[in-house]
Amino acid sequence: MSMIVSSIGQGLLWAILGIALFLTFRILDFPDMTVEGTFPLGAATAVTAIAHGMNPYAATLLAFVTGAAAGLITGLLYTKGKIPILLAGILVMTACLSVNLRIMGSANVSLLGKQTIFSGHFLQSLPKYFDSVFIGLVVILIVTVLLILFLQTNLGQAFIVTGDNRIMARSIGINTDNMTMMGLMVSNGMIGMGGALIAQNNGYADVNMGIGIIVIALASIIIGEVVFGELTLNQRLVAVTLGSILYRFVLLIVLQLGFSTNDLNLLSAIILAVCLMLPQLSKKLHLNQVLKKGVAKYDEN
Amino acid sequence: MTKTETPLLSLTNIVTKVNVNTPNEVMILRHLNLDIYAGDFITVLGSNGAGKSTLFNTISGELPVNDGHIQLKDHDITHLSVEKRTAFLARVFQDPKMGTAPRMTVAENLLLASQRGKRRTLRLRRLKQSLPHFKALTATMNNGLSERLSTATESLSGGQRQALSFLMATEQHPDLLLLDEHTAALDPKTSAELMTQTNQRVTQEKLTCLMITHHLDDALKYGNRLIVLDQGQIKYDVRGAEKAALTKDKLLSFFDTIE
Repeated sequence: MSMIVSSIGQGLLWAILGIALFLTFRILDFPDMTVEGTFPLGAATAVTAIAHGMNPYAATLLAFVTGAAAGLITGLLYTKGKIPILLAGILVMTACLSVNLRIMGSANVSLLGKQTIFSGHFLQSLPKYFDSVFIGLVVILIVTVLLILFLQTNLGQAFIVTGDNRIMARSIGINTDNMTMMGLMVSNGMIGMGGALIAQNNGYADVNMGIGIIVIALASIIIGEVVFGELTLNQRLVAVTLGSILYRFVLLIVLQLGFSTNDLNLLSAIILAVCLMLPQLSKKLHLNQVLKKGVAKYDEN
Repeated sequence: MTKTETPLLSLTNIVTKVNVNTPNEVMILRHLNLDIYAGDFITVLGSNGAGKSTLFNTISGELPVNDGHIQLKDHDITHLSVEKRTAFLARVFQDPKMGTAPRMTVAENLLLASQRGKRRTLRLRRLKQSLPHFKALTATMNNGLSERLSTATESLSGGQRQALSFLMATEQHPDLLLLDEHTAALDPKTSAELMTQTNQRVTQEKLTCLMITHHLDDALKYGNRLIVLDQGQIKYDVRGAEKAALTKDKLLSFFDTIE
């Protein structure tokens, strides 16, 4: 039972990354590699700030700001420097590795004995793992509601259309470069904030904690889409969170099967690859017929 | 129309090159001069490579000019950005896919276009309040578009999409409308319908419009002025009664002289 609660808590906390990546990967329609750097950047920022005595909430907000700054750099490289987005992201991600070491001063910093977002009286009084469920729920609720409201504004619509049809967006007077940079800033700010929360939940920050997180974030988006199918934009945002929780359940099952945590990145990649190939697989193997009409009927054909 | 009237838009001695500073540098517009007056409905003819699309891209700001200047009324807009120019200029592309956002609905597209050239703020978009207006607007096209306001534009037919692009371009009464072979990708019947609607709206709303076309019949039938582009210059420019008297044979014999 506590394993399931823990999975839900982790799923909620990691869903922030899925939602953040949704802004660039699905709305702006490009893969942003920067996130692999901004996730540990946010963690390093918050953990170092807390270790120096900063209020954990302020430190988490500071992580948002540093993440957004890194996103801005990727945006400038892409829109003004005309560097392809994939490469621009990889450049900033790589640069972040050094920056993170500078910030932390060592490869990892522990929060042992420090006040974090998770150490309030109320959270400590909850049963085990319910603290991450609570914080995750609150943050996801705020983030989702704010984003849904934002996407309904004129600015939000301009942001959506930038990803949908850049030429048309420009032809009606939208500065698509600014929209792209705004998206990268908000997305990476949220990733940084997610890094800060997860580091506080784990009790430490590590320079290598960013490896593979783009796959995890993508997995929540893709699993949400595969499971829930055709949805409106607002519903899709919620589906990302549910996808993130489902992804944690899948990991839980896989770990129960006897795989070790060292295998997680391999497993994450396989899960994502399978989900991405589902449309092709279902075409090739006539999965739809099998699922809808039943195996017996299919065999007759 | 008297010649002393100030033009709405004037292009003076425009030179536009592509691939500048490379071995492939080509001068497309060669010292082109054009004065467009308010209310002009100009049909633009010219063979492939004559510079018609480059002329449009120069006016819209997509391509920077290498020499000369562009003046809107009394403002020099030679170096104004594409986004800023949309405050007075609207455009319909040849490809129906280019003018609309595929995953957004018809109403959302219209709403976005109604903010043309304005600053996009954190104000709520108020889609519902605009729906009756959009319903009436799309009904003027008589092609079922008004029934599909909440359909994503990717599931519209090419004709409906192009009609939508046209409405989005004209709804805000732009000072200048650029139509870049906007009916060329449609079947003959749909194309003729959109052309009729275009003519109706442009003349009723007294829009100033440039329309590129390859149909000599359309070029002769519509508009009050006709220009022919060749090798980056305007080789022929007729207006009013002179244009009305122009025949296809005369036009064809003119084309023979420039080739």
